[in-house]
Amino acid sequence: MGNNNSQSIHLKKEILARIIEAFFSDNFEERTRLIPYDMRPKGADVPYRCCIYKERAILKERVKAGLGFALEDDIEYKLLSEYAKEAVKREKVDENPLTVLDAACAGCVPSRIYVTDLCKGCVARPCQAACKFGAIEMVDGKSKIDGSKCKSCKMCMNACPYNAIVKLAVPCEDACPVGAIQKDENGITRIDFEQCISCGKCVAACPFGAVHEKSQIIDILKYIKSGSKKVIAMVAPSIIGQLPGSIYQLKSAMKKAGFSEVFEVAQGADITTINEAKEFEERMENGAPFMTTSCCAGYNQFVKKHLPEIKEFRSTTGTPLYYIAEIVKKQYPDAITVFVSPCVAKRKESMENPNVDYVMTYEELGALFIAKRIEITECEEDKFETESSKQGRNFGVTSGVADAVKSVCKNPEEVKPYIISGLTKETAKDLKKFAKDKSCPGCNLVEVMCCEGGCIGGNATINIPRVAKKELKTLLDESKDLERKE
Amino acid sequence: MAKVNVKICMGTTCFVMGASQLQELVDIVNKRYGEDVVVVGSTCLNYCTDNSEYSKAPYVRVNDTVIQEATIDKVLQEIDRKLKEDGK
Repeated sequence: MGNNNSQSIHLKKEILARIIEAFFSDNFEERTRLIPYDMRPKGADVPYRCCIYKERAILKERVKAGLGFALEDDIEYKLLSEYAKEAVKREKVDENPLTVLDAACAGCVPSRIYVTDLCKGCVARPCQAACKFGAIEMVDGKSKIDGSKCKSCKMCMNACPYNAIVKLAVPCEDACPVGAIQKDENGITRIDFEQCISCGKCVAACPFGAVHEKSQIIDILKYIKSGSKKVIAMVAPSIIGQLPGSIYQLKSAMKKAGFSEVFEVAQGADITTINEAKEFEERMENGAPFMTTSCCAGYNQFVKKHLPEIKEFRSTTGTPLYYIAEIVKKQYPDAITVFVSPCVAKRKESMENPNVDYVMTYEELGALFIAKRIEITECEEDKFETESSKQGRNFGVTSGVADAVKSVCKNPEEVKPYIISGLTKETAKDLKKFAKDKSCPGCNLVEVMCCEGGCIGGNATINIPRVAKKELKTLLDESKDLERKE
Repeated sequence: MAKVNVKICMGTTCFVMGASQLQELVDIVNKRYGEDVVVVGSTCLNYCTDNSEYSKAPYVRVNDTVIQEATIDKVLQEIDRKLKEDGK
C-alpha cells in the first residue's frame, strides 16, 4: 500500500534532492558522480549492506534511476557523470516507467510453502491428510514438502495446529495484481512489461527498495533552468495535504521553483464529472447493466492488458488530466506541460497523451523544494484563475469520483455505486466476474481506483492518507459545490 | 504547566522527509500523557539548512534534545525518558 516512512523511500527522496541540487550547481556532471561518496564518505556507517562499497554501488544505481535510466541495460563501468550528461541531452523519455535494481534486490527465496522447525512431527499429521497432491512426506520425524508436487494451495498451512507451516513471501510478487513481476531462472527479479500495468505496487512493497521509477526530473528541469520554454504544472487533486501550507501557497512556491503557471487538475475533474454523469444516464437509459469509471491510469492499463472484456462497460469520458491538459495546451501551445502525480501509472497515461509532456511525482516535487530551499509556508497565497469545486478536489479519495458523479445526476438515488478501493488479485477477480456475467449485482456505477484509499494512497505520495484527509477536509469546507449547467 | 514540550519541525524539508506523518503525535500524546506533554508543529527550525543535513530530517525537539530522523516511536521514547528524569 501507498506511502510510508520506510528507509528506502527516505533514501530515494534524498537522492532526488541531491541530483536536483547538483543540476542547479555549476558542475552537474561531477557533483552527480560524487553523490554516492557524499552520502557514504570514507569511514561512514554502513547502515544497510555488507560493506561501504556495495552501499555506494547501490546508491549509484539509484542515482541512475533518478536520472531516468533503465537499470536492466546499464553499463556498470560507466561513470555517473556520463549518465548525467546523457540525461540532459535526452529528447525522449523511456517507455516503461519502472526498473529493477539487481544489486539491491535481495533475491528473496522463491515463494513457496515451507515447514518450519516448529513442526512437532505429530501423530495426527493433519497436513498430510489435508494435502490433495501427496506433496507431504515425513523425513526425520518431521513433515517435508516436495516442491515438485506442491501447488501452494495452503491447505496444510491451515491444517497445522502448531502454525508450523508458513508461506514464504516475495513482497513484490505478492503485491502485483497481475503477476507481472517475477524471478527468472537465475533468481533475478524481472518485470514483464507486456503484463505490467505500471501501478507501482511493487515499488511500495519491496523492503529493499529494489524497484525504482525512472524519474523525468532532469527532462523537466532542463527547460526550467534554460528558460527556453514555459513550463506549466498541473497538480492532481490528491496533492492537498502532501506538502505544508495551503494549496495557494503551494502554487506560489512552485512558481518560485521555476514553473510559469500552475493549474489544478481538479478543474479537469469537474469536466470529467459532468461528462461522466451524462454518459452514465445515457447508458442506463439504453439498458446497460453498469458502467465503470475511467480516470485511474492503473485501471485503464489493466483493462487494456488483462480485461478487454470490460471495456464496453467502461466510461469513455476523459480523465481529469485529459481535460485540463487540453485547456492548458490551448492556452499555451508552446509550453512544456507537467502533470504532478501521486503515482507512477500516470506516466504511462501521459505518454499516450500528446498534451502532457512529462510527469513529476509528489516525492520529486518535494525533493525540488528541498534542493531549492523553498519554505512553502513562507510563500504568498496565489489563487487559481478557475477555482475547482468541492467534488473535483475530492477526486483522489476513494468513492470521491462516484460521489461526484452522483451529485450531478438528475436522479441521484438511482446511482448505486460499487467501490473498488485498491486493485488486488482479489478485486481483479471481482471485475472479471462483472465483465463475464455482464452484471454487477445491486450496483450500476463501479468506481475503480488502483491504490487503496484512492490516489491519496498512491505510491509516490508523501503523507499518510489519514493525515492528508484532514487537510483536504479544511479545503473542501471552503470550496463550492459543482453545478451542472445544461 | 507542561513538563515536556515537543516541537515537530514542519519546514518543507522535514515535512517531505517524514514529518507529515508525525502530525499524528498530537493525538497520540494527548491521549497518552494528557496535559503533561504538549506537542506543537513549528516552522523550519533550521537544523536542515545549518549544515545541509537534509539526510537526517525530519527533526523533532523534545525539551532541549534534538532527535534526527525522527519517528513516532523515537519521539515517544524520548518523552518517556524526559518524564522519568522529571519524576526523580
